[in-house]
Amino acid sequence: MKRPELDRPVLLDVQGITRLYGPGKGCEELDLRLHAGEVLGIVGESGSGKSTLLRVLAGLEAPDAGRVVYHRAADDALDLYAIGEARRRALLRLEWGLVHQNPRDGLRMGVSAGANVGERLMALGQRHYGQLRAAGQDWMTQVELDPARIDDAPRTFSGGMQQRLQIARTLVTRPRLVFMDEPTGGLDVSVQARLLDMLRTLVRQLGLSVVLVTHDLAVARLLAHRLLVMRRGRVVEAGLTDQILDDPQHAYTQLLVSSVLTP
Amino acid sequence: MTPILTVEGLDKGFVLHGQGGLALQVMQALSLELHAAECLVLAGRSGIGKSTLLKILYGNYLAGEGDIRLHFDDGTLSLAALPAHAWHSLRRDVIGYVSQFLRVVPRVSAREVVMEPLLARGADAHEASVRAETLLARLNLPERLWSLPPGTFSGGEQQRVNIARGFIGEHPLLLLDEPTASLDAANRAVVVELIHEAKARGAAMLGIFHDEDVRERVADRLLPLEAFMAPSLASPTPSSPSRGLAHD
Amino acid sequence: MNGYNFAYLDEQTKRMIRRALLKAVAIPGYQVPFGGREMPMPYGWGTGGMQLTASILGAGDVLKVIDQGADDTTNAVSIRAFFERVAGVETTTATGTANVIQTRHRIPEAPLAPDQILVFQVPIPEPLRFIEPSEQETRLMHALEEYGVMQVKLYEDIARYGHIATTYAYPVKVDGRYVMDPSPIPKFDNPKLHQSDALMLFGAGREKRLYAIPPYTRVESLDFEDHPFEIQRWDESCALCGSRESFLDEVITDDAGGRMFVCSDTDYCLTRRGELA
Repeated sequence: MKRPELDRPVLLDVQGITRLYGPGKGCEELDLRLHAGEVLGIVGESGSGKSTLLRVLAGLEAPDAGRVVYHRAADDALDLYAIGEARRRALLRLEWGLVHQNPRDGLRMGVSAGANVGERLMALGQRHYGQLRAAGQDWMTQVELDPARIDDAPRTFSGGMQQRLQIARTLVTRPRLVFMDEPTGGLDVSVQARLLDMLRTLVRQLGLSVVLVTHDLAVARLLAHRLLVMRRGRVVEAGLTDQILDDPQHAYTQLLVSSVLTP
Repeated sequence: MTPILTVEGLDKGFVLHGQGGLALQVMQALSLELHAAECLVLAGRSGIGKSTLLKILYGNYLAGEGDIRLHFDDGTLSLAALPAHAWHSLRRDVIGYVSQFLRVVPRVSAREVVMEPLLARGADAHEASVRAETLLARLNLPERLWSLPPGTFSGGEQQRVNIARGFIGEHPLLLLDEPTASLDAANRAVVVELIHEAKARGAAMLGIFHDEDVRERVADRLLPLEAFMAPSLASPTPSSPSRGLAHD
Repeated sequence: MNGYNFAYLDEQTKRMIRRALLKAVAIPGYQVPFGGREMPMPYGWGTGGMQLTASILGAGDVLKVIDQGADDTTNAVSIRAFFERVAGVETTTATGTANVIQTRHRIPEAPLAPDQILVFQVPIPEPLRFIEPSEQETRLMHALEEYGVMQVKLYEDIARYGHIATTYAYPVKVDGRYVMDPSPIPKFDNPKLHQSDALMLFGAGREKRLYAIPPYTRVESLDFEDHPFEIQRWDESCALCGSRESFLDEVITDDAGGRMFVCSDTDYCLTRRGELA
């Protein structure tokens, strides 16, 4: 029997992150590692600090203590909050992606769908209108939007379509690392299922590494390979997704899992 | 001959914090060896921990005391201290699992559900699709269902999708949790064939089969679990906890 | 003289503005904040340009003021009269004889010379404002050269109209670094910004920002490879001077739909007509 390659390269190494807004508000002394090709789910209830953690990881908010190290290549490690704002913002804009819960936060509502998808390419220096348009249509197709609507404004799209447009806009530059904040929150259940399926396919096809924040354990089960369970700013349990959900060890995780409604 | 899998002195318990920290010991000092091209069938009455064992071996349940080792060509790997992320490759390439229940994204077609283990290894989509259809056809799943999501299928149909998904990856170690439970005789025969084929290519299998007939046709050995039962469960449990325990 | 300091502003203020101008010249296209003063006219009428003009004007300078190319419109006439009164400088309508030309929305057709300074009146100095309302954020975007959104605007034009429909205040990149709003001049005038012999200064009174294009600076209009920057062209020639090279205004002549095209630069037009006569 042949041994598979078990160790995947670490993409994100998070060491001792603390970011507190007040006692117990935020996240405290958090360590985690994200490996290449892995979807890491962060679950917990509102106020557990998972969104704060995501903001720190995604380069949007400097921690009070600790480091976020991005391993761009084997010999190229970037300390996210030590590299300076210019490089950090370029990294976020070009190599990473962030999918907001509310598509309005991630889209430019005033310009067409095509311009939304093309923006990151233009930021990379793409200056050919025809190619930008072709990329826009290609990505709209990939996220199951009608490419004929490339010139329509996002506000004429439904919530689920806006969310798919936001995903296309984020993935168009083929980021290695994507952060998602409740990507299916606020969507109808039928729309959610479709989006989940699409996300799974894209993760596999593009070899994305993802940090996914969600309070929805069903979403976590379908998307995440590994889970961190957060409570009051700290990780109470971590492990394989199905292990956490089927054999939770911590009292809080057991409570969380047993409180899920199943139809 | 070196086994593929060794389990030594394995314990498993559940602590139910919601019930005042009630501790349930369900398995004690379980040991087994599994060789290539062998099908070992777990035996024992319901509630004895057969499914629990499979779930532990798949990383689905956390192992207690004891050691679980996989023997690769280049050496041994202990699963006890394996970091969670290492399980991804292990499940993709080494350990396959046919569970009793199908758990998939609601909208995905049966064909794609079956293809997924191959796609995860980066296989060509067309080839994967052909393989999936071949398996679904062998398992007599009507062609008109292939493009539909299995969520609305009958129990038997879902089970066959699940079996196809479990066997398509040709993992060297397969865990089979009652794959024939809701199948008719014809389809049980197909599963028996699949198991024989897997054995022929050298796969090691650990399975639970309630159907006597199937068990006799596939089992090389039986492993009665009574011996490893924890004392607390030695008498039949009056009421099983709502969750966390094996469902077999 | 009239109870006013020379050119209306006090000497401290003029020095402050000159220092800001030096910085602006040193960093082409970069918006320099300055302590804008109240001028005896409302914002939107050229208070920014006037403060710059007041700061650089010397007693021996000859001033020309144009509004949309014309020397005889209200705004031009009143600003010219203002400086005649508070600075006592000589004024002119002839582009060639002026040292300082304050302008609203045009660059003269006649080529400018190295000893001339063009002062632009600017309503909104920030080219990124249309997409980003936060000043803090736009400054950061300039600092980090995050100019992808400027291209988004042009993309949107093509998607909507089939071509880049922005016809005035067409964004430029100065010396390969800062994206700059050239003030609402027609894009017809954009090529005149490039490698100009004259110094160009831009002042925004309400926003209290000034910026500059020093002489002989590279100024490129943003565009796409397959939709290159183009200036306006007319099938007609000027009805008065016959020019085919100048920027034309369409003038309605009667109630029966009669109209004609004439040069927007009145001095250029008059000069040509004088030469032709």
